Amino acid sequence: MANHSPLRFKNRVFYTLVAAGGLVVLMGLYAAHMMEGHGHIITGMNNQIVWGMPHVFAIFLIVSASGVLNVSSIGSVFNKPAYKARAPLAGLLSIAMLAGGLTVLMLDLGRPDRIIVAMTRFNPTSVFAWNIFLYSGMFSAVALYLWTMMEKRMNPWSKPAGLLVFVWRFVLTTGTGVIFSFLVARQAYGTAILPPMFIVMSFAWGMAVFHVAQSSIYEWNEKLLDPYVQKRMKNLMGVLVIAALYFVAAYHLTNLYFARQTGFERFILLDGGVYPLVFWIGYFLLGNLLPLLLIYHPALGKSKSILFASLLIILGGFCFLYVFIIGGQAFPLSIFPGYQVTSSFGDGAIGLYQPSLPEIMLGMGGVGIAFLITTIGVRVLDFVPHELPKSA
Amino acid sequence: MSDTNEISNTSEQRRQFLKTSVGAAAVAIAPGMLMFDMAHGKSEAVSGKVRWGMLINTANCEDCDKCVKACNKENGLSGGLSPTDSQWVRKVELKDMRTGRSLALPMMCQHCAEPPCVDVCPTGASFKRADGIVLVDKHICIGCRYCMMACPYKARSFVHEPLHDQKPDVPRGKGVVESCTMCVQRIDKGLQPACAEACPNKSILFGNLNDPDSEISNKMRTQASTQVRADLGLDTGLRYQGI
Amino acid sequence: MSKLFALLAILCMCASATATEIYGMPKLDIGKGGQCVADPQWMRKNHMRVLFQQRDETVHQGMRDGKFSLKNCIECHASLRDNSVIGRADSFCEGCHSFEAVKIDCFECHSSKRSSSLVQGESK
Repeated sequence: MANHSPLRFKNRVFYTLVAAGGLVVLMGLYAAHMMEGHGHIITGMNNQIVWGMPHVFAIFLIVSASGVLNVSSIGSVFNKPAYKARAPLAGLLSIAMLAGGLTVLMLDLGRPDRIIVAMTRFNPTSVFAWNIFLYSGMFSAVALYLWTMMEKRMNPWSKPAGLLVFVWRFVLTTGTGVIFSFLVARQAYGTAILPPMFIVMSFAWGMAVFHVAQSSIYEWNEKLLDPYVQKRMKNLMGVLVIAALYFVAAYHLTNLYFARQTGFERFILLDGGVYPLVFWIGYFLLGNLLPLLLIYHPALGKSKSILFASLLIILGGFCFLYVFIIGGQAFPLSIFPGYQVTSSFGDGAIGLYQPSLPEIMLGMGGVGIAFLITTIGVRVLDFVPHELPKSA
Repeated sequence: MSDTNEISNTSEQRRQFLKTSVGAAAVAIAPGMLMFDMAHGKSEAVSGKVRWGMLINTANCEDCDKCVKACNKENGLSGGLSPTDSQWVRKVELKDMRTGRSLALPMMCQHCAEPPCVDVCPTGASFKRADGIVLVDKHICIGCRYCMMACPYKARSFVHEPLHDQKPDVPRGKGVVESCTMCVQRIDKGLQPACAEACPNKSILFGNLNDPDSEISNKMRTQASTQVRADLGLDTGLRYQGI
Repeated sequence: MSKLFALLAILCMCASATATEIYGMPKLDIGKGGQCVADPQWMRKNHMRVLFQQRDETVHQGMRDGKFSLKNCIECHASLRDNSVIGRADSFCEGCHSFEAVKIDCFECHSSKRSSSLVQGESK
C-alpha cells in the first residue's frame, strides 16, 4: 500500500477551491438572511407557485445524493472491485450533497428559526415528516458505512453497512418521489410512477455528479483515470440515462392517453411558453440526446467528452426539475372541471413565476456547501480511490 | 400535549416543594398556585358532536362581493390582489364551456372531513378542530407550503411580507400559511362567520351539520347541493347550490 | 467553618444588592396595572408557560376564556401613553425582555395594542 500515496490537492489549488466555495456559500447565506428579513416577497414564489428555485436545487442535490451511492452499492453489494475503490468518495459526495440540499430546503422555510419544531413534532401521516427521518437516517447510515470502510478493524462490516445504505437510499428516493405522488389534486403529480422515476433519475444524475467530481479531483492532482474504469462507468451512465428517459416518456405518454390530462400535457410539452422550451431543449436535447451521443459515439467517449456529457446530464436534471416542479404548479388546478374559470386569485390562469436572484443564490449556496464539504473531505481524509493497476 | 404535561409536572413539583419546605417562600408562592389551578377546566373544549358547515346558494353571487369584503375586514386582510397577497375568500366566475351558462361563487377553505393539508403537514400545524374547522396553528407552522401544494381548492395563502396592525383576535404573520378559519374567533363567541352575516341575500347558510334539526341540515336534506371536487372523496364542510 | 459560611452568605447578599443597583433593573410602565391574575413574582417566572398552555388550548380546543390570555395581559399592561406593550425601552414586555436578552416572538403576529383602544379607534 505504501507506494500508493493518496491523491490530495496541492496547497494552492486547495485554498483557492475552498475560498471559491466559501464565497458561494456566503452568498447563499446572505440570500437566506435577506429572505428571512423581507419575507418571500423578494423571491419569485407566490401563492400559485409556492415552491420555486430553492426546491429545484434542493431536490436535485438530495436525489443525486442518493444516486452517487450507485458507485458504493455496486462495489459493496455487488462486489465489483473497480467500484469498491471508489465507494468512500461516493459516500463523501452523498453526505455533502445531502447536507447542501437540506440546508437549502431548511433556509427556504417561511420560519427557518423553527427548525427545531420540525425535529420535535412529527405528524405520522406526513411524507415530509418521514423524510426528515429518512434524511437524518441517511447521514448516519452513510457515515457508518464510511467508518466501516476506512477503519481497518471495521472492514468486515462494510458489506452489511453497504447493504443498509443500499436499502436506505432506495427508501429515501422513494420518499422524495412520494412527496409529489401524494398530491392528489395537482395534475402534474399524484401518480405512482414518480417514486421509481425519481430512483432511476437519481442513478443517472448521481453517476454524472460522481463523474464530474472524480474527473476534477484527478485533473487537479494531475493523475490519469484508468481507461478501463472510465469505460465501464461511462457505459453504466449511458444505460441509466436511457432508463431515466424511458420513465419520463412513460409518465408523459400515460398522461397523454387520459383525456382529462391532455390539457396539462399540451401546456408542458407544447404551448406553455418557457416550460416546453426548457423541456425539449434543456432536458431532452442537451440533457439526454447530446450526452448519449458523447457517450456512445465511437469517435467520442474519451475522458473530455465524458466529462462534458456528465455536465450536460446535470444540466438536464435541473431543466427537468424546473419543468416538473415549477411548470407543474404553473398549470392551474382543475377545481371546476368543464368550466372556464377566472378569479382574482389566479384560478384558471397560468401561474406567473420569475426566478429572483436571492433564491438562485440560496440554491447555489447549497451546491457550494456540497462542494466545500467534498473538497475539504478529500483533502483531510483518504477518500480518493487508490490507483490500482488494471482492476479485474 | 407536552406543554400540558410540563405544566402538571411543574405543579407536581411545586406541591412537593410546598409539602416538604416550610418558610416564607412557600407562603409567597401559594396564592399563585391556587389561582393557577382555578384557571383550569373553566371553559369547555369544542366537541365532535358539532360539525360546522356552510351551504352556499350561488344564485345571487354574480353582482356581489360583500362576503369577500366582510372577510377582509373581519380578519384584517389588506384586500390586495397581487399573487403574493393573502385571499381567504375569493369570488370565482365560472362559465360552462359547453353550454355557455355562467355563474359566480365564493371560494374558500372547504373544511374537509379528510383534509389533505392536514395529512401532509410535517409538524401537525395544519389540523382539524373537533368541530370540523380546519386551521393552521401558526405557532408551529414552519412555512414549508406543502399544504398549499396539497390543497385541491387553492384555499391557502402564504404570508410573504412582515405584517403590522393585525387584529387582536386574528393574529397573522410573515412566513406562515393561513386560510379561511370560518371566523373561528366569532364562532367561539356564538356568532356566525363574517361572510355569512354580511351576505345580503342570506345565501350563505352557516350551521351544525351534525344536528339533524338544524336549518342547514334540513335544507340539505330537501334540496340539491354539491361538494366541489366530490370525486376526491374529501367530504367537504362547505356545499354549494347552483353549480 | 460555620462562621466562614455566614461570612460568605453575607458577602453574596451584599454583592447581589449592589448588582441590582449597578445593572439597573428595568423600570417598567405597567399600564393600568392593578390586581394581576397571579402573584407578580410567580408570573415573572412562569408567564411563558401559562401563555403557552393557554395558547394551545385556545387554538386547538377553542377555550378562549382562560385568564392567562395574551389579550388580557395586554389589556391591563399596555402603556397608557401609547396603548402598547412593546416599542419603548420601558414597555411592559419589551423592557424586561431586552434586559434579559430574550427575543419576544409574539408580536410579529399578535397585536401589541390594547384591544379596547382599537375598538374605540375604529368607532371614531
